[in-house]
Amino acid sequence: MRKIFFDHISTTPTDPRVVEEMLPYFTSQFGNPSSLFYEHGQQAAKALEEARAKVAGLIGAEAQNIIFTSGATEANNMAIKGIAWANEDKGRHIILSDIEHFSVLFAAQALSRWGFEITRVPVDSYGIIDLGALKASIRADTILISIMHANNEIGTIEPIVEIANIAREKGILFHADAVGTVGIIPVNVGELGVDALTLAGHSFYGPKGIGALYLKQGIRIDPLLQGGFQEAGYRSGTENLPGTVGLGVVAQIAKEEMPSRIEHLLILRDLLWRGLSQRIQDIHFTGHPTQRLPGHVSFWVENAEGESLLLHLAFKGIELASGSACSSNIRGRTEEDLAASQVLTAIGVPSHICTGSLTISLGKDNNREEVEYFLEVFPGIVERLRAMSPWK
Amino acid sequence: MTNKLGPYSDKVMDHFMNPRNMGEMEDPDGLGEVGNPVCGDVMRLYLRIKDGIILDAKFKTFGCGAAIATSSMVTEMLKGKTIEEAKKITNQAVAEALDGLPPVKMHCSVLAEEGLEAAISDYERKKGQIS
Ligand code: FES
Repeated sequence: MRKIFFDHISTTPTDPRVVEEMLPYFTSQFGNPSSLFYEHGQQAAKALEEARAKVAGLIGAEAQNIIFTSGATEANNMAIKGIAWANEDKGRHIILSDIEHFSVLFAAQALSRWGFEITRVPVDSYGIIDLGALKASIRADTILISIMHANNEIGTIEPIVEIANIAREKGILFHADAVGTVGIIPVNVGELGVDALTLAGHSFYGPKGIGALYLKQGIRIDPLLQGGFQEAGYRSGTENLPGTVGLGVVAQIAKEEMPSRIEHLLILRDLLWRGLSQRIQDIHFTGHPTQRLPGHVSFWVENAEGESLLLHLAFKGIELASGSACSSNIRGRTEEDLAASQVLTAIGVPSHICTGSLTISLGKDNNREEVEYFLEVFPGIVERLRAMSPWK
Repeated sequence: MTNKLGPYSDKVMDHFMNPRNMGEMEDPDGLGEVGNPVCGDVMRLYLRIKDGIILDAKFKTFGCGAAIATSSMVTEMLKGKTIEEAKKITNQAVAEALDGLPPVKMHCSVLAEEGLEAAISDYERKKGQIS
């Protein structure tokens, strides 16, 4: 059966051009970048620094301010814990939004054992952070604000520049988790005004297992991993050279192809949006209508449960995501692991209603025919489930 | 199509994709409606009962794959049973008949057991009022 992949916010296929460039670094170019006294090592170090420059080029940074990590989860942990530990003499208060990724939220919560306190700032019904509440939550001992650039579930893009201004005025460091945006839409660390920024390779056609933290010149963090002084001591451990090379290549490709990709995604998104609003009754789109990721459509439908929608769609070969409680943490151990999406709850969707939520995240290789096929089969699935519902 | 790699057994997927006895019933002898506190899902179970034997069962369910499959399975298990036999059907038995459920989904089978209890006590209440 043919598969239609509409879940690019969870991951993307690695671009074959990227894989090709990575391959020699598994075999002939296997050197360790720290072994600088012979050629294998020197070649490896050169490849590492070239990749660093390319990643920096994608986000308007200097190469020396890029720290490679194992992915976004590590970069988020590094930013939150590293900044907190390095600044604990200044204060122990951290501000997040209500819709952060778990790797930000739980990293911050883990700091409570060192006496840190967390304030979570609410978002409006579009998922945009409440800037007034953000200002009001700042305390004399606030050392860090961490807000995501774009939300994965509802696609909303946060006003990062405004947040950065608020943080700068108060002398507070600002980290943005930009996993949803880097490589997808233009991201420039200077224009955004962030002090630290997280990115991940597999969210824009790079390999899994590689990411980076941008850290503005002069900002100190305590490392999570101690060891042999790789990554200027910020992140010890022998570098994932193939992954790093892959991240560099994909950064370069993303920069070149971004404008045409965005155009393509916007056309498909509008087709999807229009088709859904015409064909499905009682559908509610979530997230901001314009301040949103280009390939992202999220919504909930009344009287049809999300996991059931996912199963029926998967049966038709269509793969996407739901924020319903019933489909959450299916690998969990007890029913306590089920919970309605915190993002949907934060934008004010009652939990028994967000059961019907779906997130479609389109990618560069999706096409019009796939969107039309989805629009063709989806109404029948919704009808089938509604016919089963005792409420109608 | 098999779904062995997914969270559910083939049996669950079969009952989910082709639910048995889905629909409503006019003037049921027993009617149970129960909700699931964890995720807000709802099951309605209708029973046709004659001389203490369950002749027919129908359901309507709003919920996940496990909720729909257990609803479907419990209606199959009920048909032809006496009230006393039906009362002994547990959520574990329903889950086992479906070749098991993921741990987070066991509570969905509780919906089926509670729906069954509610429908039978509705029947007994009605019967008590008549005789
Ligand atoms: S009914 Fe919600 S998890 Fe099964």
